[in-house]
Amino acid sequence: MPDARPIPSSIGELQSMLVREEYVSDRALATSLFLGLRLQRPVLLEGEAGVGKTEVAKAISAALGRDLIRMQCYEGLDVSQAVYEWNYSRQILEIQMMRASGEMDRRVAAKDLFRREFLTERPLLRALEHVGPAPVLLIDELDRADEEFEGYLLEMLSDYQVTIPELGTVKALQPPIVLITSNRTRELHDALKRRCLYCWIDYPDFRKEFQIVQTKVPGASRALSEQATAFVQELRSAELYKAAGVSETLDWVAALVALDEDLLTPKRIDETLGILLKNQEDIQAVRGEPVKAMLDRARHRGVRMSYAGQEPTTAWATSSKT
Amino acid sequence: MGHLLENLTHFARLLRSLGLSVPSTGTIDAARAVQHVDIGVRDEFRFALRAVFVRRPEDLAVFDAAFRGFWGRPSGTGTRLDLRPLGSELRLGDPEVEMESLSGLPAGEPQDGEEQVERVRISTYSDREVLREKDFKNLTAEETAQAVRLLTELRWRPAPRKTMRWVRGRGPLADPRRLLARIARREVDPEAPPMRARKKAPRDLVLLCDISGSMERYTRMLLWFACCLTGSLHRVESFVFATRLTRITKRLRGRPGRNPLQEIARLVPDWSGGTRIGEVLRSFNVNWARRVLGHGAVVLVVSDGWDRGNPSAMRREVSRLQRSCDRLVWLTPLLGSPEYRPLTRGLQAALPFVDDFLPVHNLASLERLATHLNTLPTDLRSRSGRAWDTGSGGVW
Repeated sequence: MPDARPIPSSIGELQSMLVREEYVSDRALATSLFLGLRLQRPVLLEGEAGVGKTEVAKAISAALGRDLIRMQCYEGLDVSQAVYEWNYSRQILEIQMMRASGEMDRRVAAKDLFRREFLTERPLLRALEHVGPAPVLLIDELDRADEEFEGYLLEMLSDYQVTIPELGTVKALQPPIVLITSNRTRELHDALKRRCLYCWIDYPDFRKEFQIVQTKVPGASRALSEQATAFVQELRSAELYKAAGVSETLDWVAALVALDEDLLTPKRIDETLGILLKNQEDIQAVRGEPVKAMLDRARHRGVRMSYAGQEPTTAWATSSKT
Repeated sequence: MGHLLENLTHFARLLRSLGLSVPSTGTIDAARAVQHVDIGVRDEFRFALRAVFVRRPEDLAVFDAAFRGFWGRPSGTGTRLDLRPLGSELRLGDPEVEMESLSGLPAGEPQDGEEQVERVRISTYSDREVLREKDFKNLTAEETAQAVRLLTELRWRPAPRKTMRWVRGRGPLADPRRLLARIARREVDPEAPPMRARKKAPRDLVLLCDISGSMERYTRMLLWFACCLTGSLHRVESFVFATRLTRITKRLRGRPGRNPLQEIARLVPDWSGGTRIGEVLRSFNVNWARRVLGHGAVVLVVSDGWDRGNPSAMRREVSRLQRSCDRLVWLTPLLGSPEYRPLTRGLQAALPFVDDFLPVHNLASLERLATHLNTLPTDLRSRSGRAWDTGSGGVW
């Protein structure tokens, strides 16, 4: 485990810690995270798929040098998968040993069979019993779990403890740093939201996404990053079933670099569209003419952005003429 | 701090009046939060309060506007005025559609309808029978009121679905935890070991109701139908559409004493226009499907299928809609007539992707719909047990 670092003392400090972990955050997100750390409250991150919600947790745990304990939610997730489960095969073995040695006393057996050592820890319990500096607990895509599980989380999140009927209550040595993400396929319960601080993560604007691309795909030329980012921004304004997320942008740019592409062409985009859009109807809707038009607009926008921000790159100047 | 706390309390109250759900602990949370940020920096202060007070993305714009209004410098453009209209505007789009545009609702002011419901007389058996079979479009105002009363007596309990969650019960899996406990206590009955079964849960229902001009004579009763559904079931989402899709769920969920039809009339911009079902379904598929079609949803589309849009768009969107839900039911009042054949291009494009095609023209047809939904199989993925009315008198 890396050396644990203390909780940052200002929002700015947290932001630059995140940047060192290659995570570009805006001020609103950094403020929510900072307050979550300071007030020891869970932070609920909502946003479309692929805007980097899970990445936040990874970046935070790396920045603070804490362990990351991740729990992926799904429908039907229950206590035995999320908190603890009795190790049945070991218990059965124990019963047989008791029988063999002839010391099978009813009351003793019931007690002996449900000892701590027969308990298998799952993520939530592991987070509570974690020794050392408080770990980061990521409860990922909570909207996929069903309401029953949300109800269960309430106890855990308000008192940082869980109750195991056979053993008693386990209280956290120190509250973990809890981050909850949701894609908002359904509304989470108010009682749960009340316990959390909230942050809605939107798709990044051009400037931020460009920064992310530059940070995460250092192999991409400045010109390519600019073009690709501007194109994805255009693509998001089209009405599609599923807009491309930041992770798709990064995959795409990485793919273009691997293909040794320096400038975008409509043909190249058509060929690699499957990396950006994961939906056949969407791909069909934009392939061909719409892609050309979007690329055109993206070029103009890119030029505008470059002038507004820094020096325009030469690549832009040439590509916008073609 | 004293002043700040007082202001935070006022601000929380303002947010509540704008429709944000601010818990009673909100002010204290906010006071705690702002101790950790530099409240001299405006954005830092704003983001800190936002993290505490806002719980839904829809509320972000309302919050920001309220923040500007409340914490803005008094000398500047800031205002202490009543911001409530702003809240409803940002939340609902343009709310002020005047009652004059209510031509979609026949039989006068909706308010009258409600009064009539109040003093409806107890109908005799034969009255009921006549009313049950009478086409909605031929109902008089008084009959409408009676029909609404009968409508509220229908039981809507769509057959449950199996969830992924396991609970104790007679099912295919052993329950190791209880089994072990019994072994330890030497209480195992080998004939009846503890078992687990998949938990059953209610299905969500989504209603998409056409209120375009061609549906005009049915709209009123169908909205009452939507209202009854919403009132008797926990999870129903309702939308109406002509050229645009409008979500009316919240309007239907009763504020007692208010006429829901009137509330909806205020909300809907496109009463009695033409229909573009394909485009409307597309906007549903893009914006709402992921949020309301979980939990084994059953979708009811109520429309006569008179579509001015493109049939291929219709085919694409209906097929997608069917793939995103457990059951797609298409209801049309036109099936009430024995001569009716679903020959319009739009419907022809849609029907291959519809699971059940049924009439909604009178109370009897709604009763049959209720029975059909209540007796659906628990596992709908195979899409078995289709009900298809051919228009020639009802094949059930």
